[in-house]
Amino acid sequence: MREAVHRLRRAYGGHPLHLLLLLASFALTGYAVVHLIGAPSLARMVVWFLAAVIGHDLVLFPLYTAADHSITGLLRRRWHGRQPTVPVLNHVRVPALGTILLLLLFLPGIIRQGARTYLNATGQTQEPFLGRWLLLTAAMFTISALVYAIRAWRARTRAAKVRPATARPAAKAR
Amino acid sequence: MPTQPAKPPAAPARDGPEHAFPEGFWRALERRRPPGLNRIAWRSPLRGRWLTSVFGAVLLACLPLVILTGLLDYIAYGPQFHQAIPGNVGWLRLPLFDWPTRPAWLFRLTQGLHVGLGLVLVPVLLAKLWSVVPKLFAWPPARSLAHVLERVSLLFLVGGILFEIVTGVLNIQYDYVFGFSFYTAHYFGAWVFTGAFVVHVALKFPIMVRALRSRSPRAVLRTSRADTKPEPADDSGLVAPNPRQATLSRRGALALVGGGSALVAVLTVGQTVGGFTRQAAVLLPRGRSYGSGPNAFQVNRTARSARITAGDVGSGWQLSVRGGPSVLRLDRDRLLVHRQYTADLPIACVEGWSSTQSWSGVRLGDLAALSGVAHVHSAVVTSLERAGAFRRSILTRDQVLDPDSLLALRVNGADLSVDHGYPARVIVPALPGVHCTKWVASIEFRSTGNA
Repeated sequence: MREAVHRLRRAYGGHPLHLLLLLASFALTGYAVVHLIGAPSLARMVVWFLAAVIGHDLVLFPLYTAADHSITGLLRRRWHGRQPTVPVLNHVRVPALGTILLLLLFLPGIIRQGARTYLNATGQTQEPFLGRWLLLTAAMFTISALVYAIRAWRARTRAAKVRPATARPAAKAR
Repeated sequence: MPTQPAKPPAAPARDGPEHAFPEGFWRALERRRPPGLNRIAWRSPLRGRWLTSVFGAVLLACLPLVILTGLLDYIAYGPQFHQAIPGNVGWLRLPLFDWPTRPAWLFRLTQGLHVGLGLVLVPVLLAKLWSVVPKLFAWPPARSLAHVLERVSLLFLVGGILFEIVTGVLNIQYDYVFGFSFYTAHYFGAWVFTGAFVVHVALKFPIMVRALRSRSPRAVLRTSRADTKPEPADDSGLVAPNPRQATLSRRGALALVGGGSALVAVLTVGQTVGGFTRQAAVLLPRGRSYGSGPNAFQVNRTARSARITAGDVGSGWQLSVRGGPSVLRLDRDRLLVHRQYTADLPIACVEGWSSTQSWSGVRLGDLAALSGVAHVHSAVVTSLERAGAFRRSILTRDQVLDPDSLLALRVNGADLSVDHGYPARVIVPALPGVHCTKWVASIEFRSTGNA
């Protein structure tokens, strides 16, 4: 028995329980999908399922990584490789991520997709959402800029306090 | 920071044999590394088992609640009367029980949690996927049959959760661009995800616990960006072999993801909680105001889209009450002279929004008594609507006999508006909004004998 388990492990590349668990899970998946056989829109569902994975892994992820790289590179060039007293990067990153998150989640309202079903369901239009999203974006970047300004000002006053004390100790005795 | 590339970690120790059967195949696959893969450099010093495990632990704590509330909502639709969608789910549902009428905010809670928590978890999920993305491009893609099966399961896991989020997010905004039945796809998609989720948790739980123990949360919260070091090299495939300097501390990354979730929470919670918080739900359909007045609250399906005409709801309207020895026909004046009751009840929808109003009208139980049906088993409520998935709904005995279950004629002290169901609508505690039938044409009470 132990020998058989060992042989299975060697051939399969994992514990027999691993195999049983995965097979049970695939059976459940199969059972769910069987209920959809004959549904006229099964093909569409499969397409949307795969598109969701590809859309995230091969479109969204590379896009936001590339955007982050270009912001990082741009700021590094702007500062000629030196570190500014307070790094700017995250003050761009945070509001940018916030605004992209809201765009992704609330896209239908912002671009007014499904206007007809929306009107039928609610009796209203999607007219305000684009403006609201832009206002939220403006607010997030403004707050981030304000926080940056305060941090930069505090860093400068701190540096100014430290410098006379260390660089010209004699100044104190004036 | 190291200025030259660190040596790739020496042959990582893995569970089980190095190469499974057929050995030659897996070796050959490993040698055929596509040249493009070398150009991807994973350089974030934050990636590693600890960070992935933190996001994983949050998802593990919350996703079962999202799954469970989703399954409960299926029961709330009344599968025993074949009015839950999708109709045939075989064993893929919770054990059947009659959806209770108490607490009155039950459906508001379950559906509000399902939608609200689902949305709040989106930043956590995106962060989790970001943290493990190097494994997607790892070479070889598999080392054994076990590995192949695991990766197929991961396709169901990631595809399942993304599919659920995409369809759910579109549905709550009334965007049906996908062109299939939302209910059917979201329900079976959830089972595809759940199967893979259970496997993933079973396989990764011990690794997650070990990783979480490897680092003290307090130390992480005290570590600044400048002091942030990569996790020690291991066989996880997550730790960057040649990391760049941290541009964000671990605590900063956690704050960023938590902040994203908090932002979504602030913009979402108002559609369920209502009151002054509703004004914060600025990007959701159900955060919008309907002005002021007794009927100024959220409409679901306008009279116009239900093709209810002025003639349908004019003075000629009569409610038919069936089930007893003869059919009763009651016009609105007859109903208004009946004893009126008032109940403050939420109307809650599958899209997660809800709104509490003060409804008045005749008790459904009184109408049942009037009809002459002795032992009510259920009631079939039919709308004036000629088409539509929800023109008819069936109520259980408890839903008929609850003292707060009303055939509402008025709301907040005024007549119902046509969009809210004038001349009469059903309101039942904890019943999904779409089953609180508007523009009621008839109610048929069924007794235990002829149910």
